[in-house]
Amino acid sequence: MKTRRIDNYGKINRDKILSFRWDKKNYKGFEGDTLASALLANNIGIVGRSFKYHRPRGIFSSGVEESGALVTIGSKDRRDPNVRATTQELYNGLEAFGQNAFPNVNFDLAGINNYLGRFFAAGFYYKTFMGIPPLEWGKGTAIWMFFEKFIRKAAGMGSASGLPDPDTYEHAHDFCDLIVVGSGPAGVAAAIEAAEKKLDVILVEQDSLIGGNQLAENDFDNSQIKNQLENLGIKIMTRTTAFGLYDNCVVGLLERVTDHISAPNVNIPRQRFWTIRAKHIIVGAGAIERHIAFNNNDIPGVMTVNASKHYLNRYGVLTGKRIVIATNNDSVYETAHQLSEAGANVTVLDSRTNFEIETNKSFEIRKGYVPYNINGSKKIDSLDISKSETINKSETINCDQVLLSGGWSPAVHLLSHRGVKPKWDYNNACFLPSDTKENITMVGSSRGLWNKNDCIASGIAGTTDALNRLGISKTNYFFPKPGGWKNPIQPLYEVKYKKSRSKSFVDYQHDVTTDDVRLAHREGFISVEHLKRYTTLGMANDQGKMGNIIGLSLMAELLNKEIPEVGTTVFRPPYTPVSIGALSGRNVGKHFRPLRVTPMHQWNIDHGAKMIEVGLYQRPWYYPKENETLSDSYIREASTVRKTVGICDVTSLGKIAIQGSDSTEFLNRIYSNGFSKLQVGKARYGIMLRDDGIVMDDGTSWRLAENEYFMTTSTGEAAKVMSWLEELLQTRWTDLNVNVTSVSEQWAGVSVAGPKSREVLNNCVDDYLVITNNNLPFMGVTSTFLKGNIPCRIARISFSGELAFEVYVKSDFANTMMDLLWANAKKYDGCLYGLEALGALRVEKGHVTAAELDGRVTIDDAGLSKMASTKKSYIGSAMRKRGVLKNNDREILVGFFPTNLKETFNAGTIVCEKNNIKGQGIGRITSVTYSPELGHWIGLGFVKGGLDKWKDTNLVGADPVRNKQMNLKVVSPHMIDPKGERMYA
Amino acid sequence: MIRINCPYCGERDHSEFSYGGDATINYPSLDASEKEWTEAIFFRKNIKGFQFETWHHSNGCRMWLVVERSTVTHEIKSVKPCHPDLQKVVENNK
Ligand SMILES: [Zn+2]
Repeated sequence: MKTRRIDNYGKINRDKILSFRWDKKNYKGFEGDTLASALLANNIGIVGRSFKYHRPRGIFSSGVEESGALVTIGSKDRRDPNVRATTQELYNGLEAFGQNAFPNVNFDLAGINNYLGRFFAAGFYYKTFMGIPPLEWGKGTAIWMFFEKFIRKAAGMGSASGLPDPDTYEHAHDFCDLIVVGSGPAGVAAAIEAAEKKLDVILVEQDSLIGGNQLAENDFDNSQIKNQLENLGIKIMTRTTAFGLYDNCVVGLLERVTDHISAPNVNIPRQRFWTIRAKHIIVGAGAIERHIAFNNNDIPGVMTVNASKHYLNRYGVLTGKRIVIATNNDSVYETAHQLSEAGANVTVLDSRTNFEIETNKSFEIRKGYVPYNINGSKKIDSLDISKSETINKSETINCDQVLLSGGWSPAVHLLSHRGVKPKWDYNNACFLPSDTKENITMVGSSRGLWNKNDCIASGIAGTTDALNRLGISKTNYFFPKPGGWKNPIQPLYEVKYKKSRSKSFVDYQHDVTTDDVRLAHREGFISVEHLKRYTTLGMANDQGKMGNIIGLSLMAELLNKEIPEVGTTVFRPPYTPVSIGALSGRNVGKHFRPLRVTPMHQWNIDHGAKMIEVGLYQRPWYYPKENETLSDSYIREASTVRKTVGICDVTSLGKIAIQGSDSTEFLNRIYSNGFSKLQVGKARYGIMLRDDGIVMDDGTSWRLAENEYFMTTSTGEAAKVMSWLEELLQTRWTDLNVNVTSVSEQWAGVSVAGPKSREVLNNCVDDYLVITNNNLPFMGVTSTFLKGNIPCRIARISFSGELAFEVYVKSDFANTMMDLLWANAKKYDGCLYGLEALGALRVEKGHVTAAELDGRVTIDDAGLSKMASTKKSYIGSAMRKRGVLKNNDREILVGFFPTNLKETFNAGTIVCEKNNIKGQGIGRITSVTYSPELGHWIGLGFVKGGLDKWKDTNLVGADPVRNKQMNLKVVSPHMIDPKGERMYA
Repeated sequence: MIRINCPYCGERDHSEFSYGGDATINYPSLDASEKEWTEAIFFRKNIKGFQFETWHHSNGCRMWLVVERSTVTHEIKSVKPCHPDLQKVVENNK
């Protein structure tokens, strides 16, 4: 195959040849190529099939606006779909595939869709998949659902690998005075000016090279600029896209670290997601050349004029031999000249009739002409042209390439992210950035400046603006006026040839045609936001960078309005696609969220614990012996606790030190029950309500000294309770002399429970007399020592209902404590028990936890009315009896037994009356367990009216999720030892 | 991203903070009526523009702050400690 590469052009390194594969065939390119330039050099015109119609598509651009050359890079787990070939740097061994085609892009069976176009017009999905009358109900819809999967498969882009991503990604952060986005003449001038004024500057460039559109100039060499920037201490970030601007001058960057390397070092991330916090932002993001809508304007060989200039001068590729350039502005003439110098036969069609342009006459200029139809299917054969006033065939030009320039759109996207609406400029036929109060300044062609000197001047003015806004200087400055061409642009968005039904594309990537826009208008979708969603114009991954303005102009014409009256859609981040991997960074797998472990975590695992997640915490779940299942194990553990003794890690409970002369008053206000008379050396169970009277949390507080308490909270609410106490002390009760300190990490806690627990502890404490029933009665607290001179706190608190102690030591002593307790517990045939057994024990006792206290339950609902003091006011006391909370059909805490004691049930079961099994029923089961003591399954939950109302009634437990139903009876929640005699033993 | 200038820690990302709520509420005494509490808890103005709100520097110094923030632009005019005594200390140290 003949190459399109030409000698003496381009900045590629011809000494370094790179091999790559395209659609399973081998090709060669050079270092410095993009995949697009290498494909063009190898004379490959068709690189993909279009989204809906499967039309052959080529390369339209040389940059991020590309809407045709979307390809898949890599294979297996490194398959990356929808990559723009125009920005993918070539590397040795690169493997790329065309998309949306079967068997391949040159011969695609689904090309038939092209002829079924009228079925695939705008709104196709809405009309089809909502069901078509009279089939929109019943089985008719199923038919459409059946076809849907085939239709959806036919329309689309590349597909993901579906495999775990083998690459790593990183999140990184930086700070600076000024961040400059874009390294064109404006951005570079701004950065240099700022660095010279001693600002700390980051310069961001999405390309691999700095220079911006100057890279398309044949005599441009960026090495001197690069040296100058580096010598000034400017941090240059290439291959880095500023994809979004956020509040307070925060900029999101995506750095592509290894996407251009064939065998990347596995120790460096593929991409880096940067959060930059700047004091000022200068955006010199350039402008994007638009195409023109006319019939068959998507045939491979159509390209923007500026793109062909890039391919010629940067990559040494002459993209056509007989080239027709269609334009409405001055920007194309330098390119036309260079293309003809490089050996192409060039004709320029300029829609304008009255203008002056200096040329050396090496190419023909047809003033007042426009293209209206391309002939050809897989490549361009010829172009039908017409006089621009009325579209009628005047001539057909044989050609192999059509280059388009419908004007330039400043890249105002980043400013749009900040909610700043651009304003339409009639003279330049484009949207220009508006001013903003935020510290953001637009420079260069992204503010509509078309010549280099103006761009440089705007860069310097931009930095002066920044210095003024930062209060560093007070210097007058002015920006050059938008524009800069000798002759004015003449608006030209569409060449409408009425005598043909050929497609005329507005948005190449989503196959949106001019007819689709007209159809949307006919069907009433006349707001731009509706137009966008109905036709999907600008919703592909190029976000309409080339086609949006054309769509707006068509809608404006249909509505007899001007473009500014029609408005424009809002650009939102990201400017170009950001991979999910980069968004997640290192927060994947085990690092998806932080992991909390107790200080005896390893000890627990070494002693056979299976762990379970509780919030962020890893807690022992059960300790299976040999072949025990979860259920075998927890039943054995719970039975052992009731029979002898068990040890359970309870470190995950929240622990708060409360100190200061008003501590007692403070606790008395936040707990619903009285704390004013709690003696030193005693603990009390307490319930906290929210302001609105609902239960927030429960726990214990131990009075260690006159003005010092040790509070425990539930595992799940620990952080919330801590913030709540701080809020009260810092915002509401600022006169109270109280300090609260989280000591959750400082103390390791264990529960020693069961009839033999005191005997075990006797062997573990220095002085067993401190824990006798007299010296440490139920709810007693003592600070003493474990053997080995280990200071500890012991409270006689029971969650299991048995004689039990909670023992706390400093976290450093956790393992020593466990060794000591376990060595002695073994002597009494004790066990280690986990969360599952803990749950069984507490359900038997009817103790509530987070499963019951779910933020909807009042203290009365939980059956804890006794805990609500009537002698004092406290948080929530005014509200706990309000309105609906005092209704007598509230759901009240009860216990449940299956009527047939051999049956089981699940948490989540809905409780219903026997003849009324529907809806939300009359209650719900929140916790279930097998009760080793009772020998059958039991549950806790809520039922309207509580035990008194349903004591002797047979109810039904409906479990529609598991397709299960059983008979239930309601019992007291205190299913074992209701008087609590055991824990006083 | 909102950046909040904590009087103790300096300017930090909003992800270090937890949002509290309306900072202008005068909570009634604990023995006040249900009606007074209902008004304090449930009735809020939906302000367009600057409002005073509490933020907790929960992943920082743990202080509760009053932030004067625009609900339209996220612009922050002032940040002070909630506690009046600490407000004075911060004022005096300026
Ligand atoms: Zn702070």
